Amino acid sequence: MTAQVSATARPPVQRRRSGASLDRKHARFGWVFLAPFAVVFLVFLVLPLVYAFWMSLHTNTLAQGEQFAGLANYFRAFADERFMTGMLRVAAFAVVFVPIQIGLALIFALVLDDVRTRFARFSRLLIFAPYAIPGVIGALMWGFLYSPSFGPLVSFFDFLNLPAPDLLSRDTIFASLTNIVTWQWTGYYMIIFYASLQSIDPSLYEAARIDGATKLQTALQIKLPIITSSIVLTIVFSLIGTLQFFTEPQVLAPLAGNAIDAAYTPNLYAYNLAFSYQQFNYASAISFALGLMVFLASIIFLVATRKKSGLR
Amino acid sequence: MGCSPGGGGGGGGASEDTCTNEIKVEDVPIVTYWAWHADSPDTVDAYNESHDDVQICWTNAGQGPDQYTKLSTSLQSGSGAPDIVVIEYDWLSSFIIQDGLVNLSEHGVEEYKDNFTEGAWRDVSSGDSVYGVPTDLGPLGMWYRADIFEQHGIAVPTTWDEYSAAAQQLRDATGGETLIGNFAPNGSGQHYAFLDQAGAVPFDFDSGNQGEIGINVNDEASKKVFEYWLGLVDQGLVGTDEAWTPEFNTKLGTGGYATAVYPAWYNIHIPGFEDADADAQWRAAPVPQWDAANPVHVNWGGSALAVTAQADDPELATRVAAELYEPEDVRQNAVEAGGLFLASPDVIEAEWFQNLEYEFYGGQKVNQDVFVPAALGYEGVTYGPFSQFYYDEQQRLLSEAIAGNLAPSEVADELQKVLESYATEQGFTLK
Repeated sequence: MTAQVSATARPPVQRRRSGASLDRKHARFGWVFLAPFAVVFLVFLVLPLVYAFWMSLHTNTLAQGEQFAGLANYFRAFADERFMTGMLRVAAFAVVFVPIQIGLALIFALVLDDVRTRFARFSRLLIFAPYAIPGVIGALMWGFLYSPSFGPLVSFFDFLNLPAPDLLSRDTIFASLTNIVTWQWTGYYMIIFYASLQSIDPSLYEAARIDGATKLQTALQIKLPIITSSIVLTIVFSLIGTLQFFTEPQVLAPLAGNAIDAAYTPNLYAYNLAFSYQQFNYASAISFALGLMVFLASIIFLVATRKKSGLR
Repeated sequence: MGCSPGGGGGGGGASEDTCTNEIKVEDVPIVTYWAWHADSPDTVDAYNESHDDVQICWTNAGQGPDQYTKLSTSLQSGSGAPDIVVIEYDWLSSFIIQDGLVNLSEHGVEEYKDNFTEGAWRDVSSGDSVYGVPTDLGPLGMWYRADIFEQHGIAVPTTWDEYSAAAQQLRDATGGETLIGNFAPNGSGQHYAFLDQAGAVPFDFDSGNQGEIGINVNDEASKKVFEYWLGLVDQGLVGTDEAWTPEFNTKLGTGGYATAVYPAWYNIHIPGFEDADADAQWRAAPVPQWDAANPVHVNWGGSALAVTAQADDPELATRVAAELYEPEDVRQNAVEAGGLFLASPDVIEAEWFQNLEYEFYGGQKVNQDVFVPAALGYEGVTYGPFSQFYYDEQQRLLSEAIAGNLAPSEVADELQKVLESYATEQGFTLK
């Protein structure tokens, strides 16, 4: 702020300077304005990343201390059965989560875009609301709802005289986690789609109607193609989020220790390696390995859909 | 928040930020202290009021694993650890191996040795070194619902054979509404006590020779323990709830389980179960034995005060740790308000302690009946240097077995394999 004040306080004489030096001056002030962001960006993102990468190139065993190891941690990671199992698990989650979330969000958005009643506005808010609840709180809440001995489901099944399903068991935890994540994120994606739909020129619809298109045809053949780029964008968000799956399994682990182990997802594994087993170096390597996989998955997806998305 | 430590004299550890308690005397050395015990506020205040040469700055940094995570991160980063910290016996080696703790025998702890039971002293010792001042013990007993046993005319078991027979009777009598107990896959400390009782020695580790470790978790004794409990699970005679979950607590409170093979310190947990049966009559009995003629007393939990490598004045910290629980009134408060079973023969053998009647337990003198003999009979064990990994793997494999994917002996064999390969990977030589 001080820089700004002194800039305006300078005498007007300075304006006569040549264009080039003015540009340089602008450029200098540009850096000044950029500085607050740049400092935060460097200190809290770039430096930790560099440090973590440096750590990932070393080993530090309990018995023998720290040594430079080159890429040994990375070879170990990709040969680590637990990391790869976790990777496959989040890939499976991605295959299930992403279509369900995006599909539901699209249906909601298309319906809400077409129906303009007070009820629709209320529904929009309701569908979005779970996103406003912090992830940890949401997961805790579901942990309670799933509880096999005092959750509401138990009372419901008791009422029907049926045995209540254990939603925190090994067989059901996948579906239980899918449900939590879908509940949490569908509304968010719906809002993105809804906003894109709102920005479409209504004259297109009128043209379609005159051509005799039904509502369904309008939705599938006009609305969908126009918002493809935001669909691709949200799929990438969803994909990245799913591969980095952490909060929900971490919160449910104490309740479902039978089903969720320390390496349930790669992110959880990295966390436990660092903070439970003191393997900060290997945990850094696992994190970078996960980052690499996420990056590859996103690139592959973007390349595969580049014609449709208009993103090149 | 509380006050900040006194200015100039502060000789305490690295974390000179805030304490939860009030510093009574300014300008003297400050010793920082992490503890989660219920009596800690009173204990620290009593210490600060009676000392004008040193003050304690206390913080509750979480219980058990939560605190260990913070401690380990502080030790790794080189700052932020307190001078004195509460550590359970089974975790000491995990911090010794990180070079996180000070060998107290170099700072005069030996002169306090007689203040503690032999078992407790062995638990804080590793080779010739001493890494903690024992605070409390967890002599194992069996808390049980006297009303349920009485109602069905079942005798309270004294051996594990009787325990499994009673388990069958109880299930037959109640149609499975009430099971005798629970086998938690995450019952880490409990399992260690069971293994110790059966004669297993899972780890051979000495801080004086940190490069070597002996691992033996698949001997006959270990397999006997796993076969016994997983057998009960298989027959549907015990539950498999995770410990420390609302599920387990609810079932204990509402008559889903008739026993909890838990230590002395569980006495403050039992009255706290939500929606508990109002007419429940909880009592304590000695832990069932393999051989009634040769009872083996074992321990689960309890904790010591360790001095971290970041302490500015380890000498001073050692003295504070050793003397914190010395005053008589502090001890009484720790027993009554903190629920601690202090590891001090003076207390254990004291008249008032033995005759203490626990109102919630029908006035039973649980110390005299059960826990004093258990604590005095406990000989101590050796713990390994990677407790968290060991517990996590054991939990994972027991869960596999409960799901029917592994036989009990396979749990032991697989655990042995995983631990050996982890130890090798971590640079240990296997003994």
